[in-house]
Amino acid sequence: MIPIDRFLVLSTILFSLVMYGVLARRSAVLILMSVELMLQAVSINFIAFAVYLSPQRFTGMIFAIFVITIAAAEVGLALAIILRMYRNRATANVDEADTMKW
Amino acid sequence: MTYEEVIFYAVATLTVAGALGVVVSRNVVHSALFLIVALLAVAGIFVLLAAEFLAIVQVLIYGGAVTILILFAMMLTRVRDLPTAVDGPQKPVAVLAAGAFMVTSIVAVLSTEWPGQTDKINVISFNDIGEVLYRNWAMPFEIASLVLMVALIGAIILARGEEGE
Repeated sequence: MIPIDRFLVLSTILFSLVMYGVLARRSAVLILMSVELMLQAVSINFIAFAVYLSPQRFTGMIFAIFVITIAAAEVGLALAIILRMYRNRATANVDEADTMKW
Repeated sequence: MTYEEVIFYAVATLTVAGALGVVVSRNVVHSALFLIVALLAVAGIFVLLAAEFLAIVQVLIYGGAVTILILFAMMLTRVRDLPTAVDGPQKPVAVLAAGAFMVTSIVAVLSTEWPGQTDKINVISFNDIGEVLYRNWAMPFEIASLVLMVALIGAIILARGEEGE
């Protein structure tokens, strides 16, 4: 069997890679894609802990289901906001949406 | 190395390669296609964790709906027409922050003694998931459906635009 560390290290690597994506990218759509993968990394962690460490209660599994649900709601809403921003400002880059920057 | 480990490393490599493609690709459409690869590989990881239900949900929701939605948003916002500078000037700081996070977390994971059995997967059956989800987690489940409905209505209102637009 594969020890739990492998899964945790994998999810850490995945999370840091897409954390770089969130921090470095300019386009809001690309940032959103990275955020989706971040949630995936967290789900891997939740499920790994559920199946290895708490098989009686497996709260992590239930939480992963909720993470996927909320991620679906989030991506729909975020894309609607990006569309609105594109219509109002003709750009989808987060560094050009700086009206509130003083 | 057992066959399980071989499969794990293959799927893990695919996941990391897909994620790398998403964050470094110069072409945003290629990024979206790499995203599909990464998400399907994560479904493979779920199968290796004996979470078949989540793997199926993953393929349905992420492999299907989310990637299509993202490709649609790209088409509507014409991200493709933008000049090639897809990364901001804060790139070196981002590399530093993500690298520091990765090193710290991996050291923390490897140096922690986890309680219980850390090398044996306990298979959780579909029946157990359904029972616990609808009994112990019924209230959060209902709230999640409310969240989905509000997000749906909000997305329609936001994306529809004003009259005469």
